[in-house]
Amino acid sequence: MEMGFRWDFAYEILPQMLWATLNTIIAAGVGYAIALVVGLLFLLGQRTPSKIVNVINREIVEFIRSTPLLIQLFFVYFVLPQFGIKLSAWLCGMITIGLHFGTYLSEVYRGALEGVSKTQWEACRALNFSTIYTYRRIVLPQAFPIAIPGMGNYLVGIFKDTPLLSTIGVAELFHAATAVGGYNYRYLEPYTMVGIIFLTLSIPAAMWVRNLEKKVNVAQGKAKQ
Amino acid sequence: MSYFAFLAEHGPTLLLGTVTTIKVLVCSAILYVIISMIFGLMRLSKNPAIQGIATIYIEFFRGTSLLVQLFWVYYVLPFFGLSLEAFVAGVVALGMNFGAYGAEIVRAGILAVPKGQWEAAHALNFSPTKRIKRIIIPQIFPIILPPAANLTVELLKATALVALVTVVDLTFEAKQINSITWLSAQCFGTALLIYYFMARFALVPFLRWLEVLAARKVGR
Repeated sequence: MEMGFRWDFAYEILPQMLWATLNTIIAAGVGYAIALVVGLLFLLGQRTPSKIVNVINREIVEFIRSTPLLIQLFFVYFVLPQFGIKLSAWLCGMITIGLHFGTYLSEVYRGALEGVSKTQWEACRALNFSTIYTYRRIVLPQAFPIAIPGMGNYLVGIFKDTPLLSTIGVAELFHAATAVGGYNYRYLEPYTMVGIIFLTLSIPAAMWVRNLEKKVNVAQGKAKQ
Repeated sequence: MSYFAFLAEHGPTLLLGTVTTIKVLVCSAILYVIISMIFGLMRLSKNPAIQGIATIYIEFFRGTSLLVQLFWVYYVLPFFGLSLEAFVAGVVALGMNFGAYGAEIVRAGILAVPKGQWEAAHALNFSPTKRIKRIIIPQIFPIILPPAANLTVELLKATALVALVTVVDLTFEAKQINSITWLSAQCFGTALLIYYFMARFALVPFLRWLEVLAARKVGR
């Protein structure tokens, strides 16, 4: 077998890899959208006045957060059919990623809401604003900028965890690389290309998030311009 | 098959896998702590070459996926004549990946030590090595341990990935039992519970204890 990096082989498989990259981006985007909503649901569970709901919510969040995403994927993918629910690998993957990162995002939301000063609430009460009005016009506009960096970080995080989806047969980038590698019995080029594609996408994304974080800090008056 | 019968038959296998998972966790935790210390300090070096190397290392390992790194170490390094055993490959990939995240924590921790401490050490004519070793490092532990604890829990979760490069850990055993018995709910459910108990009732209390210990050492 030829040693060293074979550029012609890399060039040959490039179109295939780029198509699969599109799938990875779609998977990350859809998973993130689900996670954003799931995070809101967990946040609601946390903030309802009922103590029992709070405790159950916290235990579920703790459980999901302290178990590996990989086994959660297997669990959803293999167990649901036993109860007669047949979902595609794609759907299973999206749901699991959404649930897993939703727990993290609920923490981001919570932190952001707690970042809004209590006096804002008191002022709104003094002005006789309704709770919904207070959230919509006073609290959320202030909480959102605080949440942005955390939300951005988890978008990058989800993107980097999408290769796990290949284990249940979702045809994303890593899955394509493994398939190409197995077919040609050369793993050097496909896996190296996956690494490079990930770098070229996630480093600018991470820089963008860091930039946002700086802007938010400036806007909050925490750092000098 | 009742759940108890399942446990009686496959519990011991899962426990054996758990032992491997713990071994992977301990080895990669030691490796990642060492790497984060070295690269965290390098990141703060005044020498642009040393700082550059650290930055490239950190950005590279944080920018690519752990699974990709793991497969690269296990399947691609043999192309360069370096064949690692699955267990070693897993530990190396985990340690290097988490070391990159840990280095950022160490860097932030060192920067958080008050300037006066550096100045005082300087005024007392401590050598640069002694300054770092005796004054700065002991003080960073209470600062870096809470984020490092989070990272270590993430590490425990990430050890599940080594099953994909044929390390016979808890995840591997669960998958194996699943493919023989097709009792998916039981075997993956049990694996999830074992990971949960390890994290919640062993790892997290241990890390909290370390935090308290570190805080006491610096007199807080």
